[in-house]
Amino acid sequence: MKAKIKVTLKNGVLDPQGKAIEGALGHLGFGGVGEVRQGKYFEIELAETDTAKAKEQVKAMCDKLIANTVIENYDIELA
Amino acid sequence: MKSAVVVFPGINRERDMMLALESITGVKPVSVWHTETELPKVDLVVVPGGFSYGDYLRCGAIAARSPIMQDIRAKAAKGLKVLGVCNGFQIITEAGLLPGALVRNKDLRFVCREVKLTVENNQTFFTNRMKKGAVVSCPVAHGEGNYICDTETLKRLEGENRVVFRYTHGTNPNGALNDIAGIMNEAGTVIGMMPHPENMIEPLHGKTDCRPLFESLLAA
Repeated sequence: MKAKIKVTLKNGVLDPQGKAIEGALGHLGFGGVGEVRQGKYFEIELAETDTAKAKEQVKAMCDKLIANTVIENYDIELA
Repeated sequence: MKSAVVVFPGINRERDMMLALESITGVKPVSVWHTETELPKVDLVVVPGGFSYGDYLRCGAIAARSPIMQDIRAKAAKGLKVLGVCNGFQIITEAGLLPGALVRNKDLRFVCREVKLTVENNQTFFTNRMKKGAVVSCPVAHGEGNYICDTETLKRLEGENRVVFRYTHGTNPNGALNDIAGIMNEAGTVIGMMPHPENMIEPLHGKTDCRPLFESLLAA
């Protein structure tokens, strides 16, 4: 089983990288671009075959290491 | 005053820190490698600056989960004094020893220059030889020193006098909330700061403004 994890900055946490990307998109002539937020994406291969157990395991991984829950949210997808 | 300096792969200020501790406290600190599981018996453990694990994942995140940090966390809970400088501040914050987080500098630039620090709390193990409100010069060198935390935490830090150092008005190099440069835990036993006091103690550094910080350790 494979876990696909998206980590994003919480609302209200300043994202200077997103801001810089937003500016660069404007320089390239892309109109109508609103706020840009940058995040991270992880793929983790798991030996676990039970979806519920895998979800629990990946959630623990996110809380302990993959995300800093002070500033980040995460979203787990199992496939 | 016995101290230990923790070394992770990618740390690069451990020698400066060890020299500062030795020259001012008179006792050579013990260097502790990150894979060790138990600290020697010391009064203070310092987590120095650098780029542990190349800042992979998040600055300080990997080092914060290393074997030695488990023991540091356990002993800090029992009152062991911990000082984290620069990457060390990021590491101990990632390890949960201090609240909040250090994120990318507001203007995205790595800053390497001298700033002014105001001593906000002079009742700590690292500032007791300073006057409250004293302003000292100190170098900074970081890309992710922008301190943030939620409103409730900020209120507590300010209300409980736990902001130890603030960038003096106009010298905030990273956008940190309330110009916060250094904070401490509730018990006052864990201090984290972004600037590098170990690099402003010898005439060759240009100034010796930060010597009294290390001299404070002798009274602590």
